[in-house]
Amino acid sequence: MSPTYAYYPGCSGLGTSAEYDRSTRAVCKTLGIELVDIPDWSCCGSTPAHTVDHALSCALSARNIGQAEKLDVEGIITPCPSCLTNLKTASHRMRNPEFKARVEKLLDEPVENRLPVMSVLQVLFEQVGPRRIADRVTESLSGLRLAPYYGCIMNRPPEIMDFDDCENPIAMDRLMAALGADIAPFPLKVECCGASFGVARKGMVMKLSGKLLDAAEDVRADAMVTACPLCQMNLDLRQKQINAANNARHNMPVFYYTQLIGKALGLGEDSLMLDNLIVRPVGAFRKMEEVRRSAS
Amino acid sequence: MKIGVFVCHCGSNIAGTVDVARVAEEARKLPDVAFASDTMYACSEPGQEGIIEAIREHNLDGVVVASCTPRMHEPTFRRTVERAGLNRYMFEMANIREHVSWIGKDIEANTGKAIDLVAMAVAKLTHDKRLTAKKFSINKRVMVIGGGVAGIQAALDCADGGLEVVLVEKTPSIGGKMSKLDKTFPTIDCSSCILGPKMVDVAQHPNITLYANAEVAGVQGYVGNFEVSVNRKATYVDWEACTGCGQCMEKCPSKKSRDVFNEDIGTTTAINIPFPQAIPKKASINPEFCMKLTKGKCGVCEKICPTKAIRFDQTDAEAVENVGAIVVATGFDLFDHTRYGEYGGGRYTDVITSIQYERLLSASGPTGGHIKRPSDGKEPENVVFIQCVGSRDKSIGRPYCSGFCCMYTAKQAILTKDHLPESQSYVFYMDIRAPGKLYDEFTRRAMEEYGARYIRGRVSMIYPKGDRYVVRGADTLMGAAVEVEADLVVLAVGAESAKGAPQLAEKLRISYDTYGFYMESHPKLRPVETNTAGVYLAGACQGPKDIPSSVGQGSAAAAKVLALFSKDQLESDPQISEVDIKRCVGCGKCIETCPFTAIELTEFRGQPKAKVIETVCQGCGNCTTTCPQGAIQLQHFTDNQILAEVNVLCQQTLPNYG
Ligand SMILES: Cc1cc2nc3c(=O)[nH]c(=O)nc-3n(C[C@H](O)[C@H](O)[C@H](O)COP(=O)(O)OP(=O)(O)OC[C@H]3O[C@@H](n4cnc5c(N)ncnc54)[C@H](O)[C@@H]3O)c2cc1C
Ligand code: SF4
Ligand code: SF4
Repeated sequence: MSPTYAYYPGCSGLGTSAEYDRSTRAVCKTLGIELVDIPDWSCCGSTPAHTVDHALSCALSARNIGQAEKLDVEGIITPCPSCLTNLKTASHRMRNPEFKARVEKLLDEPVENRLPVMSVLQVLFEQVGPRRIADRVTESLSGLRLAPYYGCIMNRPPEIMDFDDCENPIAMDRLMAALGADIAPFPLKVECCGASFGVARKGMVMKLSGKLLDAAEDVRADAMVTACPLCQMNLDLRQKQINAANNARHNMPVFYYTQLIGKALGLGEDSLMLDNLIVRPVGAFRKMEEVRRSAS
Repeated sequence: MKIGVFVCHCGSNIAGTVDVARVAEEARKLPDVAFASDTMYACSEPGQEGIIEAIREHNLDGVVVASCTPRMHEPTFRRTVERAGLNRYMFEMANIREHVSWIGKDIEANTGKAIDLVAMAVAKLTHDKRLTAKKFSINKRVMVIGGGVAGIQAALDCADGGLEVVLVEKTPSIGGKMSKLDKTFPTIDCSSCILGPKMVDVAQHPNITLYANAEVAGVQGYVGNFEVSVNRKATYVDWEACTGCGQCMEKCPSKKSRDVFNEDIGTTTAINIPFPQAIPKKASINPEFCMKLTKGKCGVCEKICPTKAIRFDQTDAEAVENVGAIVVATGFDLFDHTRYGEYGGGRYTDVITSIQYERLLSASGPTGGHIKRPSDGKEPENVVFIQCVGSRDKSIGRPYCSGFCCMYTAKQAILTKDHLPESQSYVFYMDIRAPGKLYDEFTRRAMEEYGARYIRGRVSMIYPKGDRYVVRGADTLMGAAVEVEADLVVLAVGAESAKGAPQLAEKLRISYDTYGFYMESHPKLRPVETNTAGVYLAGACQGPKDIPSSVGQGSAAAAKVLALFSKDQLESDPQISEVDIKRCVGCGKCIETCPFTAIELTEFRGQPKAKVIETVCQGCGNCTTTCPQGAIQLQHFTDNQILAEVNVLCQQTLPNYG
């Protein structure tokens, strides 16, 4: 029987990163992972909530955990690392009975806190695994050189996130390699992109994300591949601003890893939404074809 | 029986949280107690004289001292009562410092507990017997385990003192870490020029037998009479015949063997002599890389060797050595930097360790003393040193300071400037710890005369950029983030205990700390002794130590051995097990439990009986709890003595506490 997970798309999944949400659902379906949306889920509080009050912020995620517990599922999964952090932190903190009691009081109902919380990346990497994905590839990505970029919170803090290596994660590298892609040794895998400072202090993002694009260029990547809606947005949507600020001329497509898995598995444009990317990937794909042609 | 009780104040150590006068007062009420008093420092001269006086005046048969741990002063007080004419075993100690005053602040509760402990000691003393030690002769040979500079020093000092020495070294040559160093702080003298002659002395000293490529397999016996079995690992070369000419090395076609001596900077041949000054200067084959041993073909060295020394069929051999004392000098190992993912975790070719850098600096190293980057052989312009890699970092379980990294980093920065005058060194440090003689001056010189730029703060990340590396860290003095571009990064990896140190400790029955460093008997007053008589420590096996301290300790250990051997006979401890022949049914259960194989089966009037080998018994008491008949009793800790203690404790006639 195929494993079933409670799925938490997160607010961005329905808005700015619709292509991440759409491709995630399509890839999971193709690979036999059943997703059930958490009924009546609410926002996880994102970045602001936990800076104000830990108990209140955890209550937001705890509510979603509680909703998921009403389903018959193996665990809770989400594509967004920020939602993941909030869900996992809430679950982790609620191991303390006192804290759990405070949260339950806020929610007016008990939470069992028994379901494991994982990223979609973790499930694809651990449950399905690169080997089985490789077996399903219909359109190899060989010839495409990728810089895998995980962002700073997917694996941190390690004692809470409890997945892959917090300094040198390899899950996305291995999955992309399974698709046939060429993996560049990207040194800034877990560096910060500037996150939501794009609003408050834009210069910060220009500097930090600019560095990431420079580094991707340095390792001769054709494209970057990400797992975080915010990272993707900073690198893709703001790439023009970054170029202007840093006097650079990057033209670096920034994919979600689920889009590339979907592409390699032969899924159609309606589930990948590659058209939604600001930096067009056409050039990268054309180069990929050329490399392949010259190799054969 | 007439017993005297002395309750010690230990200054405020005990008197601060125990009402010592009341303890003495309660003790006075106990049966058999003829005299009780409290005393400021029982161990001081007036304290001891007071005890002697009381014994004489009150005609005491036994004495109880309530004070610190018996580990500290039991021997002191035993000598005291002996001086007053009592048998040294007519003495008991109640530990009211470590067990009472140091662990609680409640004076009422503490006083109650102290009274109980004194009452127990008095009860036991009423069952004590006079015991006498036997004398036994000692074997005046010494074994030194580990041939680093500490072991070499200990071996030479003992040998010069006229003792026969057996030196056991794990690797094919002695010399330890020091033989891999280029120059040494704080004088920048050539390491092999000061160590080399000592190594030659070891080889030539008529009193020293050297087993290189060997390890201690087992240790039996006790101070004065140890029996050590040594496993001599196969080298596949007959060392009697090998002259160290090195012709085999030149011809061996397998050139990709691990170069352990050069810390894996480069490779070597499958048959090799680890370095030109090696002692013994003999070849050995690395079986993992030898084509003859792995694939059955080749054998070039066998054909070329002028003395026909190659023995592909050689196997490990055992040697047994009888010695009276053992000096452990097994040194340290270095932290595995691949555990730091943020520094590349071993992925970046030009991020190397400090000891690898020593090999690059050394004229006898793989680059002939030229500083070249491992990746492309280029001379680096910017060299970044990072201190405290695997030291003072709780998150990776290494909270301690490794002691010598500040100094060797300063040395390496100085040498870098000497080798490459155009280069610039940067040193990321946490604090500079340079307390030795001429040490602070030395680190200052690195900064002031050699222009090394010191940046106070930890490095958070290293990443490659083009063919250089970006080293990102904090400058905590400036309060800013800094980035330095480096051509070569040298990690000052911290010290760890030697691999296998805990296993060796168990063979020797000595203690080690959480990190695997060996524990001295007393951190201040018995720094080279262990808690096992006749086993001494020297060098970095006890904790990170630089060369001056290691050598000092090597000599100190040798002095201890010479002092021990200055007597012809030692006294055995009479606190050992004894079998009551009448009760023993010869079931042999004690034989099975004795961890020291100190019990054997004999026959007495046709019946099987257990017999304790007196010199082997360590007095652990395991057998006494096993014997179904209660036939085997540990002297000075007999069932009756222990029951007497338990009885008083259970009688509840004493004040309640806690
Ligand atoms: C990069 C670097 C640079 C340094 N520079 C200096 C300097 O300039 N000046 C200075 O004063 N100090 C320096 N030091 C410190 C110096 O290396 C030590 O002080 C010294 O090596 C300690 O000597 P040791 O004999 O105790 O240990 P070691 O040198 O470690 O020797 C121990 C020996 O025991 C052997 N051994 C281990 N286990 C066993 C076993 N079970 N059985 C048999 N043999 C065993 C080992 O093979 C080794 O030969 C430096 C250290 C490093 C890492
Ligand atoms: S050729 Fe023979 S004698 Fe010479 S070093 Fe090798 S083994 Fe020893
Ligand atoms: S037999 Fe082994 S050690 Fe001898 S030359 Fe061949 S590979 Fe080298």
